[in-house]
Amino acid sequence: MKDFEYQTATTVDEAVSLLAARGERARVLTGGTDLIVQLREGLREADLVVDIKKIPELMELSYSPRSGLKLGAAVPCYRIYDDPEISRAYAALADSARIIGGWQIQSRASIGGNLCNSSPAADSIPSLIVYDVICHLAGPQGRRTVRVADFCTAPGRNVLGRGEILATLEFPPIKKNSGASYLRFIPRNEMDIAVVGAASWLQLDAAGERIEKARVALAAVAPTPLPLTAVSEWLVGKPATSETFAAAGDMASLAVKPISDKRGTVEYRKHLSGVLTKRTLVIAADRARGASAPAH
Amino acid sequence: MASSTGDNKKYKVIGTRPIRHDGADKVTGRAIYGSDVRLNGAVHGKILRSPHAHAQIKSIDTSAAEKLPGVCAVATGADFPDLKDKIANLGEGAVNLAHLSANVLAHRKVLYKGHAVAAVAATNPHVAEEALKLIKVEYEPLESVTWVLDAMRAGAPLLHDNVVTNSMGKKADKPSNVPTHIHFEMGKVDEAFAKADIVIEREYKTASVHQGYIEPHVATALWNEDGHLTLWTSTQGSFTARQQTAELLQIPISRVTVVPCEIGGGFGGKIAVYLEHVAAMLSRKCGRPVKMTMNRDEVFEGTGPTPGSFVRVKLGATKTGQLVAGEAYLAYDAGAFPGGMIGPGCMCVFSCYEIPNARVDGYDVLANKPKTQAYRAPGATQAAFACESMMDELAEKLGIDPIELRLRNAAKEGTRRVDGPTYPRVGFIETLQAAKASEHWKSPLKGPHRGRGIASGYWFNIGLKSSAAGNVNPDGTVSLIEGSTDIGGTRTSVAMQLAETLGIAAEEVMPRVADTDGVGYTDVTGGSRVTFATGLAAYEVGLDIRRQMTERAALVFKCDPAAVECVDGMYKANGKSLTFRELAGKLGQTGGPVVGRAAVDPEGPSNGFGTHIVDVEVDPETAKVTILRYTVIQDAGRAIHPSYVEGQMQGGAVQGIGWALNEEYVFDDQGRMQNPNYLDYRMPTALDVPMIETIIVEVPNPAHPYGVRGVGETPIVAPPAAIAAAIYKATGVRARELPISPPRLWAAMAAKKP
Repeated sequence: MKDFEYQTATTVDEAVSLLAARGERARVLTGGTDLIVQLREGLREADLVVDIKKIPELMELSYSPRSGLKLGAAVPCYRIYDDPEISRAYAALADSARIIGGWQIQSRASIGGNLCNSSPAADSIPSLIVYDVICHLAGPQGRRTVRVADFCTAPGRNVLGRGEILATLEFPPIKKNSGASYLRFIPRNEMDIAVVGAASWLQLDAAGERIEKARVALAAVAPTPLPLTAVSEWLVGKPATSETFAAAGDMASLAVKPISDKRGTVEYRKHLSGVLTKRTLVIAADRARGASAPAH
Repeated sequence: MASSTGDNKKYKVIGTRPIRHDGADKVTGRAIYGSDVRLNGAVHGKILRSPHAHAQIKSIDTSAAEKLPGVCAVATGADFPDLKDKIANLGEGAVNLAHLSANVLAHRKVLYKGHAVAAVAATNPHVAEEALKLIKVEYEPLESVTWVLDAMRAGAPLLHDNVVTNSMGKKADKPSNVPTHIHFEMGKVDEAFAKADIVIEREYKTASVHQGYIEPHVATALWNEDGHLTLWTSTQGSFTARQQTAELLQIPISRVTVVPCEIGGGFGGKIAVYLEHVAAMLSRKCGRPVKMTMNRDEVFEGTGPTPGSFVRVKLGATKTGQLVAGEAYLAYDAGAFPGGMIGPGCMCVFSCYEIPNARVDGYDVLANKPKTQAYRAPGATQAAFACESMMDELAEKLGIDPIELRLRNAAKEGTRRVDGPTYPRVGFIETLQAAKASEHWKSPLKGPHRGRGIASGYWFNIGLKSSAAGNVNPDGTVSLIEGSTDIGGTRTSVAMQLAETLGIAAEEVMPRVADTDGVGYTDVTGGSRVTFATGLAAYEVGLDIRRQMTERAALVFKCDPAAVECVDGMYKANGKSLTFRELAGKLGQTGGPVVGRAAVDPEGPSNGFGTHIVDVEVDPETAKVTILRYTVIQDAGRAIHPSYVEGQMQGGAVQGIGWALNEEYVFDDQGRMQNPNYLDYRMPTALDVPMIETIIVEVPNPAHPYGVRGVGETPIVAPPAAIAAAIYKATGVRARELPISPPRLWAAMAAKKP
């Protein structure tokens, strides 16, 4: 690992100007659980690392049923699942936060960092997509917003420009009779990267029988985390039954175009896309009907 | 839980569970591992490694690296003596020094991705890494081959132009990727197959796997101005490390002192040297101590995994399940240099059974992978996966219970193994009986997608040389000096044997692993030998001390030494008695210190058998296998410290579970490993295995005064076959390729569905 300069920013403007000055040679540090490994292994190089954990706005975690959830980009994962109200309201987000690395990693790593690392296999991004999260960015040209589904552009790449940082993730308020879930498949039981990850979100009618709205997104089946738009639209108006969810799983299997690599084959990933879509829809429907997420 | 079937000798120390002597240092973090060695003025060495799986080295230009500020020394293969083919015996296996030298720093060719090419020492590791980038190596890439059967094909890329096939002493005339062909045969094999009621033949494949020790290789060298070289290193054999280093540098062994540090795991992978003589050369060049530590990817790509294999086995039996004939074809990759694990593979493939007519052909095969090294029962697991899986299939076809089929054919005293030796008293049948009687086997397995499997395993205990000395202290304790580096709690199990012999408490013996100047020659910690052979040395140290103490007691009692009786550490004569401690306090007045010594080289290695039972559940949709319950039953001869015996049984089983389910070297089409890290090289974590249950069977080894059999290696042998059998019960799929990873098992389950 090459020596690099380390600076702590205490305001968004300070971080932006530090980063803008160095461009590609500067990197943002939150938990560092991806960045430090990448620097050590020579996958990335940096002359300057800017720590943004001291910026109050980026450490903000606030929730109200009326306004939804504001998640600062540097908030570590454990704060999500440690908060009973947030983890009940945004159960799929808590599902993701609980399985990113182990406890040590979760005490440092942030959802914002997981998004900005922009891995196709990121465990949080499918959940962010199904919650239709809005990303608040800050850069030399000022502030802008981007829908999370449009954030990642390629493996390890995203829409952030020179000097631009992710400041906050804005989750819309929770709708009545809605529920969501994230599952991933790994060959072991922890400390692994998703072979396939799936998040589903459902809004049911008052009786809990018919699907009014649906969103499904998958990880590790495409160059970027993948919203399954056609499957999501097909689900609308269907009965929330195991037959529907199995059929949605079959559609998901056909909709994805994964690759074969050290973690799985094309055929296996397609198959898992179906299994996990079905399983997350079942859990999402249960949660929409009032089942609570498992306690941590 | 222990079931004793042997003698009923009463011991005071043996069989108890004292706190290990090195326990406090280990749990407080004060034990000195290789990475804790910090010498004044030390600089840091790093190694440049080949990006190609196979290439000719056209040139190496180190000039820019040498000029980088902070760089103290640069070395390449050209700095080392050009060694001729000379075989050095490393205890558990021999090595050709020319190959060892070329493996540790490439000479004219790189033979695998990760093959070391050059080394740099610099004032800090980051500068050393920067300097590596400045070394210009011109390669001419060659076609590579990684799968063993591909490497054997005519027209396969040839790794060495001077290696020819040696077939049981007969040498071929043209170069080949097959350095060795082994052939064992006994009885009338073809006739026996022709007469058999049932004959089955199957093929099995296994992937390359790594020992996965947590501590990476680390070594610090100081080449002093007086020409003496001291090495602090993490090794399974300090004398072996001394010998290899001296040979590679062509200096007398008396010029080298190896100080063994605590080891964070070895499992066979820390016998060959990788860093020691490179650090030494860099130290000689720059006149400062040089410390070298591998990164994890270097450990995977630059040290020794155990072979990937292809095994074909044919078994013939009568209707009643009597094995009448066996035939095995084994091809194991050796990696980039000859001398893989094919020998023990051939010896072990039929080692659990009495098969009167058998034939085994084994092939050591070169491939563009790191040179393979020993890994816990090296070569046996691949062979057992084949033979034991077939025993399960045979049991099913004949409608015989799998334990019963094994009992009908089990190797016992007098059984001749296909490679020649005849077993003395062994405890295989006892492990099968204990399995049959176990609560695990007797309790029904309920629920869908679940299955129970059973398999057995075998491994040798080699004897080899050990030395030890015991110094009696005036307070009645004994300082025990031994040379076996401790990777499995052996300090304590060896000390306990001395304590038992002297009739004192385990805590009254203080064991210390000395450096190569501080103790007599001792072979590697390997081959499940330390508790057996170094334990034997400790026993003989005890006898020597007892004899001298008896003489001292005679002086005190003013009688003939022959009149002194020694019982349970009490010396008695003429109605008078002295405890060991009281007598130790009188040594100053009776002639001075008492030092006991022993050097042993026991003949007649022993044999360890085990039987494993496993319950699995397979997710019918994802094919993920969950281990629900696991029991290891093993003959320990005599369990000196039962907790450590259980620990070995559990640890071996867990490594076998990893091998069975997920561990593998994944290569791309250019022969480059895709997963040189613990994220994607998937060893089991604590959440992936249940508590491994253990049943120690004790059939004392007649060749050891306390009946010890080595236990360290046998437990890795059975798991893949046991798990494959359980998966078959759960899914109907016979898995014949390791690892039985979810994508592979799912594909097999999907293919089976109508």
